[in-house]
Amino acid sequence: MISFERVSKRYDNGHDALREVSFDVNRDELVFLTGHSGAGKSTLLRLIMLMEQPTRGRVVVNGNDLSRIGRRGVPAHRRGIGVVFQNHRLLFDRPVFDNVALPLTIAGYDDREVGRRVRAALDKVGLLDHERAMPVTLSGGEQQRVGIARAVVGRPPVLLADEPTGNLDPALSAEIMQLFADFARVGLTVLIASHDLSLISRLRHRIVTLREGRLVGTH
Amino acid sequence: MWVLTNVPRAKKRPPEGARVARRGVVTRYRAWVRHHRASAADSLLKILDHPVSSMLTWLVVGIAMALPVSLMLTLDNLRGLEGSVADEASLSLFLAESVDTAAARALAQTISERDDVAGVRYHSRDKALEEFREQSGFADIIDGLGSNPLPHLLLVTPRDRTSVAASEDLAAALSGLPAVAEVVVDSAWLRRLQGLLAVGERIVLTLALLLSMGVVLILGNTIRLAIENRREEIRVVRLVGGSNAFVRRPFLYTGLWYGVGGGVAAAMLTALGLWSLGGPVSALAAAYDAEWSLSGLGIVGSCQLVLAGGVLGLVGAWVAVSRHLRAVEPA
Repeated sequence: MISFERVSKRYDNGHDALREVSFDVNRDELVFLTGHSGAGKSTLLRLIMLMEQPTRGRVVVNGNDLSRIGRRGVPAHRRGIGVVFQNHRLLFDRPVFDNVALPLTIAGYDDREVGRRVRAALDKVGLLDHERAMPVTLSGGEQQRVGIARAVVGRPPVLLADEPTGNLDPALSAEIMQLFADFARVGLTVLIASHDLSLISRLRHRIVTLREGRLVGTH
Repeated sequence: MWVLTNVPRAKKRPPEGARVARRGVVTRYRAWVRHHRASAADSLLKILDHPVSSMLTWLVVGIAMALPVSLMLTLDNLRGLEGSVADEASLSLFLAESVDTAAARALAQTISERDDVAGVRYHSRDKALEEFREQSGFADIIDGLGSNPLPHLLLVTPRDRTSVAASEDLAAALSGLPAVAEVVVDSAWLRRLQGLLAVGERIVLTLALLLSMGVVLILGNTIRLAIENRREEIRVVRLVGGSNAFVRRPFLYTGLWYGVGGGVAAAMLTALGLWSLGGPVSALAAAYDAEWSLSGLGIVGSCQLVLAGGVLGLVGAWVAVSRHLRAVEPA
């Protein structure tokens, strides 16, 4: 579902963020992406999101060669990917329901379908009784779960997460990771960037490690 | 339903992205209409959420639009006045002293048959003397005169009453007749009025153009601020797959509502100005014994003003959106 073929990314300032990176993530698979900060994890995720273009090499997501997607195709490509951010990036001027509904509104679902799917997603992350709450009234872990509900509500085939447990205590982190594992079990392709090695090495999933832009290990 | 237990490793389920893309044209059209409606309502609510600052924006736009519109109305009213004056515009033909009554009548007949003449009124010299004697109070002196010093007078009304040039052409033609001693065209002031109106029209046009640009800039700036305030929202919407059109839409509606509100304010300001002028103008008209009142924008004109406001708002929003939205890339 996600495939990197000898991908390099050099920024305009001459910094090599990724060098000749090749790996695949299969359907139903959860893969952790790890490495020190600055190792290239974020760049890799940005390439999948088409926020950047690789300098060399090929990225294929959902069967689409990303170099073939023009500017106009970017929104449709992003609708096929759910993203969870470290700082949640919720919209604080509207309640939980509206935050989760955003991808569905963009995709143009009618109100009934939106209601059904939003409640299903909130139920999955255990926040069904919080749909009218404003995000500021929620704890960090709850906010992150709202972010996860927003990422999966459109049922994208690919789910990305950038340090999803960055600000959470170990117990909450494990809970969140378990959620991601559940999504992988029902057919999503999940790629999680995290430097919380002690947590992810306990979960039995493949770990891809980056160091200074190079792939140094996958096990 | 998004319940895990109902979906036991759903291998055969087609990718959702493909399912979304395969939805029909009708569904997509409905979604498009739905988002338009939602954007229109949301942006209106957001504007009404800040009544004071919105009211100020409306007022600024309203004043900028009301200024050229009220000047234009003034010109229109003056033009109406010019028309009523031109109705009475005629040429005075003073005939030579040698022309007797019969010849004068004959000449009147001939002139009235011309294509460019609407009518001729004959004023005999005797009648003129009579009127003069009564009105001037110089009866004794006039009686002392041996003969009538006044000439016969023909009042000629041109067919084309509104054109100064036409009456002057007619005057030139008639002054060539041997029986005509002098032709007086009292059109100089009419010509000046027309000149003034033409200059005024140009000024109003220039002013309208400048102020329209001002409105576009004001609203463009307002929309720019709205974009600044919603930077994070725009970024998130882009990240979860919102298209440019989707991101743009609420801001275009915001511009539209500001413009429409400004148009309404302009129509109200114009009506207010007209109402305050109404009393003095009818008093003035009464003093001149004239049946004349101010004409306002009317329903149609007001609607056009509101429409023009909406168009200016859209243009302003479009300018702001195309300049500033590109700067908000997801980071």
